Amino acid sequence: MALRDELGPYFGEFGGRFVPESLIAALDELAAAYETTKLDPSFAAELTHLHKTYTGRPSIITDVPRFAQHAGGARIILKREDLNHTGSHKINNVLGQALLAKRLGKKRVIAETGAGQHGVATATAAALFGLECVVYMGEVDTERQALNVARMRLLGAEVIPVTNGSRTLKDAINEALRDWVTNVDTTHYLLGTVAGPHPFPVMVRDFHKIIGEEARAQVLELTGRLPDAVAACVGGGSNAIGIFHAFLDDPSVALYGFEAAGRGIDTPEHAATLTLGRPGVLHGARSYMLQDSDGQTMESHSISAGLDYPGVGPEHSWLKDLGRATYRPVTDVEAMDALRLLSRTEGIIPAIETAHGLAGALELGKELGPEAIILVNLSGRGDKDMQTAAEYFGILDGAVK
Amino acid sequence: MTSLVETGIDTAKVKTGGALIGYLPLGFPTVDASVEAAITIARNGCDVLELGLPYSDPVMDGLVIQRATTVALENGFRISDAFSALEQITADVETPTLVMTYWNPVLAYGVEKFAQQLKAAGGAGLITPDLIPDEAKLWFDASNEYDLDRVFLAAPSSSKDRLQRAIEVSRGFVYAVSTMGITGTRSDVDTAALGLVERLRALGADHVGVGLGISTPAQVSEVLSYADGAIVGSALVQALAAGGVEALAQKALELASGKPLQRS
Ligand SMILES: Cc1ncc(COP(=O)(O)O)c(C=O)c1O
Repeated sequence: MALRDELGPYFGEFGGRFVPESLIAALDELAAAYETTKLDPSFAAELTHLHKTYTGRPSIITDVPRFAQHAGGARIILKREDLNHTGSHKINNVLGQALLAKRLGKKRVIAETGAGQHGVATATAAALFGLECVVYMGEVDTERQALNVARMRLLGAEVIPVTNGSRTLKDAINEALRDWVTNVDTTHYLLGTVAGPHPFPVMVRDFHKIIGEEARAQVLELTGRLPDAVAACVGGGSNAIGIFHAFLDDPSVALYGFEAAGRGIDTPEHAATLTLGRPGVLHGARSYMLQDSDGQTMESHSISAGLDYPGVGPEHSWLKDLGRATYRPVTDVEAMDALRLLSRTEGIIPAIETAHGLAGALELGKELGPEAIILVNLSGRGDKDMQTAAEYFGILDGAVK
Repeated sequence: MTSLVETGIDTAKVKTGGALIGYLPLGFPTVDASVEAAITIARNGCDVLELGLPYSDPVMDGLVIQRATTVALENGFRISDAFSALEQITADVETPTLVMTYWNPVLAYGVEKFAQQLKAAGGAGLITPDLIPDEAKLWFDASNEYDLDRVFLAAPSSSKDRLQRAIEVSRGFVYAVSTMGITGTRSDVDTAALGLVERLRALGADHVGVGLGISTPAQVSEVLSYADGAIVGSALVQALAAGGVEALAQKALELASGKPLQRS
């Protein structure tokens, strides 16, 4: 069987459903609805039309030669998901799930968000389809991504800051799950990454695989061949699986995921789940996760809210163990350097999440040499990160370095 | 191969018309104090104990229990503390004692090792809120080997097939979730509970406990008019948090006054 054909609920020994019984009926309903709509040409047509007229798909690819000079001269090509409406890849999944929620007759959608990009995309779709929308966001993240909180509110969503636990993405997911257990009759949980119980990892992947499908054809057309490597940042893993998927069965294409090493993998302050974690159960699926010897989830740390998560989607755990994809850590400092470098050499300001993938690509280029072609998923734009970046680089007025 | 919890429930049914099943978190406010608290409710009307293992990501729990388990973890609670606490509790009272735990701590500790030490500490078995029978192969094996009870959940939304499966694989009782929701106190117990218990009975369930939202003697009384056990958690935790073991003893007695037959 081709790797691309894996349909869940398990990816090898990863995935499954580790959730309260109260959610099983809803997950079954969702899985069945997803199976039917997947085969329904009118659903595909509706989504394609939306992507064309609303998201702005297909997203372009961009050669970045000035940036690539810093990568040993390898050719680097960016897949520009930052140009999608709302500014990141997250909208691909959100529009798919929102259409599905409508077909299920759900009037209310809830979402978790870290960086706020998924929350903004969900609030956007809710506005577009006239759905009630509640977004859970860790209190720490509401502070570092304040601009996105304002965007969600302007779009008519209710943003609920989550004040328990580490007050980041992990706890936002817990709170969203509690809401869903309680309101499952009326509510669709619009999960924002390829984690969670089946069918989320498969369904979210399918809504994002358009990234790799477009990019594979675009790179072939531009260069006449497949890339040598495909790179993306990994939080829960949605943008990475989205760009990897079309290449899973191309053995000549190496796949690299870059996760957040925070202050370094030799410190306790990182989010390097696949590098340092062990398999366990978190948020409904078995996958690699950061945990202590008692199975308590450990707090993750990253300058990037969207990568600050101690878990990862089960398909990535599977690809890691199969050896099909390679996952490496990238520190805060390396990511911020790459963010500034892309801004200054190409006039493209990436999201801090995305910058982890760019930092990884700089290293890859040096390893693979000047003949190599590296495709990078530019998963999002950096507007939301201006506060963090300005403070980091000391470039706010009155704080000029 | 007899179920400690089934025996406990059966005895309570004969004596008082139904069992009061009391939940408290281990390690709250400290490990020693949680031992005393568990013994207190066992001596004041609880027929079965359900002791929660504090966990970093308790998605089935409302704020009251979250707050308590967070305190326990901040105080450095370890799984090994659960077994030493259990040992002390079961040495002191005969009340059958289940541990309620999310699945990852058991996985991380080792399912077999966890079962073995649970048994050695006098524990009766596990309630596993985020483990459904479909994913429970390891736990079936370990609980069979160590002759432990295993309590699975049934929800108002569960299909007939799933209820059937929950009944087949549960030992001790089936935990009927009274409402679509998480733990916490509620002013009225959902009518969904009655319907769910009726469906479980029709499929042959002979030990059914109802939980989530039960916090008053009137609710205990109502639930025990159709179920075998009434499970109370947040109301006890609230009493313990606010007034220590004295308030806890009083709350347990008050809840026990809701049992249909009042003799002891
Ligand atoms: C721009 C961007 N890239 C990447 C991520 C990380 O998520 P994932 O790993 O699911 O792509 C986020 C999450 O917030 C994001 O906003």
